[in-house]
Amino acid sequence: MSQGALNYISRRLTVPPAELWGVVTFYHLLSTKPRPPIVAHVCDDIACRIHGGEALCESLEQIMGPPGAHGENGRATAWMRSPCLGQCERAPAALLTVAGERPRTITLAPVEDGTASIVDALRDPPDTTDTRLGARAPDERQRRVSRSVPQVGQAGMRLIGRIGRVDPTSLEAYRASEGYRGLARAVEIGPAAVIAEVVASKLLGRGGAAFPTGRKWDAVAKAEARPHYLVCNADESEPGTFKDRLLMEEDPFALIEGMTVAGYATGCERGYLYLRGEYPLAAERMAGAIAAARAAGLLGADVMGAGFEFDIEIRRGAGAYICGEETALFNSIEGKRGEPRNKPPFPVQVGLFGRPTVVNNVETLVNVPALLREGGAAYGGIGTEGSTGPKLFCVSGEVARPGLYEAPFGITLRQLLDLAGAAPVRAVLLGGAAGVFVGPADLDVPLTFEGTRAIGATLGSGVIMVFGESVDLLDIVRRIAEFFRDESCGQCVPCRVGTVRQEELLARLRARRPLGSDAEEMALLKDLGQVMRDASICGLGQTASSAVESAIFRLSIAGRRA
Amino acid sequence: MKPEPIWFQPPPPPSRPPAAPGRPAAPPVEVVIDGQRATVPGGSTILDACRARGVDIPTLCFLPTLTPVNVCRVCVVEVTGSRVLVPACSRRVEPGMTISTESERVRVSRRMVLELLASSVDLSTAPGLHDMMTRYGAQPERYGPAAVPAAAGARDRREPGHHQAPDGARAETVAQPVKVDNDLYIRDYSKCVLCYKCVEACGVDAQNTFAIAVAGRGFDARISTEADVPLPDSACVYCGNCIGVCPTGALMFKREHDMRAAGTWDESKQRTTDTICPYCGVGCTLSLHVQDNRIVKVTSPADVSVTGGHLCIKGRFGFTFVEPPGKDSD
Ligand SMILES: Cc1cc2nc3c(=O)[nH]c(=O)nc-3n(C[C@H](O)[C@H](O)[C@H](O)COP(=O)(O)O)c2cc1C
Ligand code: SF4
Ligand code: SF4
Ligand code: SF4
Ligand code: FES
Ligand code: FES
Repeated sequence: MSQGALNYISRRLTVPPAELWGVVTFYHLLSTKPRPPIVAHVCDDIACRIHGGEALCESLEQIMGPPGAHGENGRATAWMRSPCLGQCERAPAALLTVAGERPRTITLAPVEDGTASIVDALRDPPDTTDTRLGARAPDERQRRVSRSVPQVGQAGMRLIGRIGRVDPTSLEAYRASEGYRGLARAVEIGPAAVIAEVVASKLLGRGGAAFPTGRKWDAVAKAEARPHYLVCNADESEPGTFKDRLLMEEDPFALIEGMTVAGYATGCERGYLYLRGEYPLAAERMAGAIAAARAAGLLGADVMGAGFEFDIEIRRGAGAYICGEETALFNSIEGKRGEPRNKPPFPVQVGLFGRPTVVNNVETLVNVPALLREGGAAYGGIGTEGSTGPKLFCVSGEVARPGLYEAPFGITLRQLLDLAGAAPVRAVLLGGAAGVFVGPADLDVPLTFEGTRAIGATLGSGVIMVFGESVDLLDIVRRIAEFFRDESCGQCVPCRVGTVRQEELLARLRARRPLGSDAEEMALLKDLGQVMRDASICGLGQTASSAVESAIFRLSIAGRRA
Repeated sequence: MKPEPIWFQPPPPPSRPPAAPGRPAAPPVEVVIDGQRATVPGGSTILDACRARGVDIPTLCFLPTLTPVNVCRVCVVEVTGSRVLVPACSRRVEPGMTISTESERVRVSRRMVLELLASSVDLSTAPGLHDMMTRYGAQPERYGPAAVPAAAGARDRREPGHHQAPDGARAETVAQPVKVDNDLYIRDYSKCVLCYKCVEACGVDAQNTFAIAVAGRGFDARISTEADVPLPDSACVYCGNCIGVCPTGALMFKREHDMRAAGTWDESKQRTTDTICPYCGVGCTLSLHVQDNRIVKVTSPADVSVTGGHLCIKGRFGFTFVEPPGKDSD
């Protein structure tokens, strides 16, 4: 962003220049220094690391020089390291950002021919948003999608049933496969009954916090302040998570239907879809689907002729994991730095623009039309007592068939790994970077919120990342610590400094150069974990030590080098 | 001739200026503080409630004249039933709350917050923090020797996202050269704990100038002017209200900075005299800090309703005219 552009924005939006500077320097896809027009963001995060992402970065460094090179030397291209791009099922991944006449972003995944593919793409950016899943021809698409969603075409799938089978760009195709039947039923039974159905289904949020969706909706529906807002959290930046991306890419109308039902039930006239900036294909498909739904009267001033108003606006992130935290997300939509707010007050009372706000994950909302079609009570019968319904799992790492899997809650980790074809495992990371490592002894844990909690782990957003015997786990753990340091918003002391100290400590452990004795280092790690967990403002700081501590104390990897 | 009767009698002037109708006062709330039952005014913060009863809770980013930002986390207390500790400075009391202000969990968090700060920030001009560190037994040496300070402007140029991985042998700090770009005050961000107070004082809480804001992300977050320009090129009007609220001496009168550098700064020789600013009709209270018969610093008491501790450039810096000619080095 040039000084001229900053001045223009500042004047146009009447934002003080210093505040604008604060916002622009917060997001890593924005730059205040000249960058070459084409930049490759190469993922070196966990799943890609296992599949050669780090090696890719090292050879790129030899060919193109150090990462992040700026445009001073007049070069047209550069490369940078990136945290997880949400393409872990087809690792290693890279994202191209192209500026100029036709600014766009392009996903390269998998990077099949190593550096050659990246160098070629930088020289001549492909004319698609996604080199693999962006294909247009239907049979070609199904073949390609089945590599990301191995269960394509299987019967009985509630969330991914349309994927690969129904054309995601066609509203007619969606309507012909049970589409909009959920909304039709909602309009028939009225908002209060819709909430009653959701409560009866005992649907828990799929964004990681597992909060009962029915209670959230009820609180907003009853809130007196107006207007109410609906926010769909599609920021999905938790390393290892890619479920929301595939849902939006391959079944965008289902999310629109889910959002419309939520808006109808809770009295929102406007829904925001906060979409991760690194998801070009999802953005393209969602924008197309929203336009099609609007043209067909399924969004707008009088939805379905049922006398209520609802429309959806897409807001795109610009590179910040923390903007997935709901209150940081509100600040980001409001055009501020993505710093989380202190809670209470909770979003259902004071949310976006200070108004009562429903915020739900993509997967949560995609459950809603299915739930209404089948009836809340019946839907609540799927899965287990404490965790109801179908669940999406993002399986990646060292497995034969990585990808998105749907299974009812209660499937055991071992059963799921059998589906994905895992060789003997050394460790599994449940819940992503904010999650917990478990060992081979824990494979019979039922994948439910209560089952994972019982063994001191978490389901989080459904990440299942598998590590075999050959992986250098300490390096993976160090990368997780690095991730939290990079992504901390910097607001509160425990997380801002604690994540730095944690990363330094792991670097010492890996180099086997402890400060003082090993016991002192372990005590330090525990202290850091405790202050981050207890005193941080938001979930990022509160979970920044969880994977690290579980790896060190549960798997005792510190003394062992692979 | 009889005078014309006055046909209109104006109503007597009100004895008090009209005010907006009062809101119903929140009913008092029963809480338990460190095992003692207490009835506290509804709507007050845990900090208010504790301080009113003589229970001391340390604070750093809180100031009664500014909106709480609750970022430093030294004021955390344990509330029964809450998964995490809560910031006393901003959390409001609720009926039946059971609060522990010095439990083991609280003490660990406070000690760690202080250690993390002291291992990354130069706290040499923040005496209040030293007392807190002794109280909680903080040991900032645990993190190893401090890393080499950043070059001038290097921290301001950092971009969010990926950074060079450390080797862990040295503890990363915010150390960097002092920014001296004007005659009135200096900015030494090696001493900045990022408490957001200066940003608030420059913004809606006092000055409404918006010359500075927090920029960058994570450990690279910093206070910055627009595009990191020097102060004279920024929107700053030199009211000095940011200096008044800074708890660590990161923002400091140039005169104090120069005297400290020369070794002549001596608070034991200083007297403070309160007076009224001579410049305009507002009547702000000035506290003149005088050493060796020379004004070395001007502040304003935070509890004076006229100023709330805030001044303008004339009251804050316009004192050199009282000094004998020739002595004025600024
Ligand atoms: C650091 C952090 C990152 C998060 N990222 C996401 C995310 O990418 N997507 C998401 O849906 N929820 C994310 N969440 C959870 C949200 O705060 C929120 O709980 C969720 O969107 C609520 O939706 P649900 O009830 O449907 O799960 C994140 C939370 C934290 C603390
Ligand atoms: S815990 Fe970390 S990410 Fe969350 S508010 Fe604090 S500094 Fe920001
Ligand atoms: S001196 Fe006043 S205007 Fe300048 S930065 Fe400080 S508070 Fe803002
Ligand atoms: S400069 Fe001072 S007031 Fe401003 S954030 Fe830093 S420590 Fe706080
Ligand atoms: S895309 Fe690389 S780790 Fe997820
Ligand atoms: S004083 Fe409460 S968080 Fe800083």
